[in-house]
Amino acid sequence: MLLQMHDIHKSFGPVEVLHGVSLELYAGETLVLAGENGAGKSTLMKILAGVHFPDSGNIKIDGKNVALRRPQDAEGFGVATIHQELSCIGAMSVTDNLFLGREVSSVGFLNRRQQRKEAEAMLRPFGLDIDVNKPVEAFPIAVRQLIEIAKATSRDARVIVMDEPTSALADPDVDKLMGIIGDMKSRGAGIIFISHKMSEIYRVADRIMVMRDGAHVATATAADMPAGLLIRNLVGRELTGQIPAPPPLEPDAPLTISAQQLSVRSATRAESWLVKDVSFDAKRGEILGFAGLQGSGCSQVFLALYGVLGRLASATITFGDLKHLPRSPEHAIASGMAYLPSDRKEEGLILGMPISSNVTLASMPRYSPGGWMRNGSERQAARRHIEALRIRATGPDQPVGSLSGGNQQKVLLARCLETAPKLLLLDEPTRGVDVGAKHEIYELIGRIRQQGTTILLITTEMPEMLGLADRICVMHRGEITAAISRESATQENILAAAMGKGTDH
Amino acid sequence: MKKLLAHPGFRAVIALLLVWVLGSIFNADGTFFKWGTHRDTLRQMSTYGILACGMTVVIITAGIDLAVGSILALSSIIFTKLAIHLGLPAPVAVAAALGGGSACGFLSGYFISRYGMQPFIATLAMMVFARGVAKYVSQGQKVSTYVQQKDGSYAYVDPPAVMNFLNEGVFNNNLAVVTILFAVSALLTWILLSRLRWGRYLYAIGGNEEAARLSGVPVNAMKLLAYGFSGLLAGLAGLCQAAQEMQGDPEAGVGYELTAIAMVVIGGTSLMGGRGGVGLTIIGALTISYLEKVLSINAVGEANRLMLTGAIIVGAVLFQRSRRTA
Repeated sequence: MLLQMHDIHKSFGPVEVLHGVSLELYAGETLVLAGENGAGKSTLMKILAGVHFPDSGNIKIDGKNVALRRPQDAEGFGVATIHQELSCIGAMSVTDNLFLGREVSSVGFLNRRQQRKEAEAMLRPFGLDIDVNKPVEAFPIAVRQLIEIAKATSRDARVIVMDEPTSALADPDVDKLMGIIGDMKSRGAGIIFISHKMSEIYRVADRIMVMRDGAHVATATAADMPAGLLIRNLVGRELTGQIPAPPPLEPDAPLTISAQQLSVRSATRAESWLVKDVSFDAKRGEILGFAGLQGSGCSQVFLALYGVLGRLASATITFGDLKHLPRSPEHAIASGMAYLPSDRKEEGLILGMPISSNVTLASMPRYSPGGWMRNGSERQAARRHIEALRIRATGPDQPVGSLSGGNQQKVLLARCLETAPKLLLLDEPTRGVDVGAKHEIYELIGRIRQQGTTILLITTEMPEMLGLADRICVMHRGEITAAISRESATQENILAAAMGKGTDH
Repeated sequence: MKKLLAHPGFRAVIALLLVWVLGSIFNADGTFFKWGTHRDTLRQMSTYGILACGMTVVIITAGIDLAVGSILALSSIIFTKLAIHLGLPAPVAVAAALGGGSACGFLSGYFISRYGMQPFIATLAMMVFARGVAKYVSQGQKVSTYVQQKDGSYAYVDPPAVMNFLNEGVFNNNLAVVTILFAVSALLTWILLSRLRWGRYLYAIGGNEEAARLSGVPVNAMKLLAYGFSGLLAGLAGLCQAAQEMQGDPEAGVGYELTAIAMVVIGGTSLMGGRGGVGLTIIGALTISYLEKVLSINAVGEANRLMLTGAIIVGAVLFQRSRRTA
């Protein structure tokens, strides 16, 4: 056995994210590690790469106990990781990136010629015939990804971790990668492969290991775990039933928004689409869910609707008087939209400001007629929200940064509601929120819906999606692969469509 | 008491009080207790103080404006050229100088907001550019009241009334007119930051620009406003400078931007943006100016004065930071 991770526990702060996970990897095999977002795959792999240190459990390589305290330790034991995010240094040349940290030098001086020759040799198996003196950022993302793979695989690595290595690759490059994986296997290396794509999983896998909620669920050979069983293993848990069932929609409710051929171009890659010709509509008081795995384009749809993407986005929409996408968030808010970003600290709240200023920020004109601030009415509004949303705070002047996550999220929701929107875009409304606050937010969403506001919802939590949404658009690589009604939605058919096995695709 | 200690202005005031205590002890045979000393301190700090007011607004948006010293010189040249050489009426000369200053500020703001340029770079470029314009307009010469006549000879002319007025005192010459202008600038800045919607937007941008943008704050327009306002006040400072020197000087104002930044920072406004205010800047300006004054009435040499001032800036900022971590 090449690698054995046994009973790994890991906590971040008070939250345990890995509850005793074990993993075994044999020489010459590919193990696919599968799990939904947040299942703990990445944490486990970061432990293997020496980025995190486990709280308990042990790791054996070639039967010997090893302590991986730093990335260099992992490298020393022959563990190579290809990260999901590209980790090349863009401004440095291809050669310098390939040799970063293990430069070929004599008496302290770089031997550039030798490095260059070796670099070209390293890239040859990938069919990359490029100028290795050019900076990495001069090449398209697919090439960068291949450079990264070449860097990881060239170091005589025995254990190679690939975290969604094909996310930026086109089919011919994927074929090359598969060939290289074959070579590495025959050389006796073991490969741990993380992917969300069904077709790819069964193409590459010798065995499949499924994780869910920080625990090991099942491991079997690819033949013993067909797609149906894999999806059941991935989803696993039952609905908790904590989301109050919404009353049925009025059957003849008018459409609030209709969007045709919504497309979003990539800002970094020409001729590449993050979202391509997506069309949908939503009625008054309807909750329309957008489900998809990472890179599916759901968030891009929201940003486009909210006027953030400018010329990168295009669509024909019908929303109030709007015929086109709003020019800016300002314009979107004035037209009757509100947006709750998924990352409340980076994109949502102004942590140093008091609750009152955060609540009214998107509705400033109402609190400053003629441009002059009305601090009194502003604080009154904040008090109203503190009471209505049960925000636990000392008063409207408390800085938002000192509130708990759930209460911060409520402040952010209060800002959205303060604009009295007709269309509310919620991106992960309960991320990083404790169970109690979650429940309160679900109730609140129910109340908003009943008042006739249309809600578009993104959430990676399946029970939340199934419990809240009236209809679910499932997206895969920028396209809607299925539109499923509340009655027929199951975790299985959503996940299947999100992995590209759509019913109408 | 705890609330008082937590107030951002509290430590700034302590620093100022320390300087005053220092002045009372080393009072240079009672010089420090004469009103004239205080009047002069307030007069001498006014030009810098006006710049610091504009700088406060820019720094609250998490920006910086390095161009204010050069804009001051350009404004002084525009003003004296029009008022002395061309003999245009005072309102025209004043408006042109203020307009020129604002235009420079708006231009910096345009490149920062429209093209996402770093404020440091954009205003550094404006610092060089405005200095160039000032030298071009003045042909590298000081613009004084010693003017070439129609027959080709040179003679002194009477300075325009507006320059004399700006250089005078009020209340029996107990307070300089430029000090009043500083007070008015501070008041305008306070209204902008604390009483107008725009002020809320400026703080929001400095606190979290992305969040502000997604909340519908017109980020680009607000940045234009901030740098335009800073340019306007730099133009006003140029008027004061020209009146006090009775001439326009294309070399004036070198390094003033750094003094203005120091005043803002010593007051306790964070260079990270989002917090602070003009009240703090006034305290910071007083602290620096009184420190200089106390050192100079005690005949401390310039070399020692500069070294001490540098040390005090570091000390004051460390003092401010200990508050935030405490």
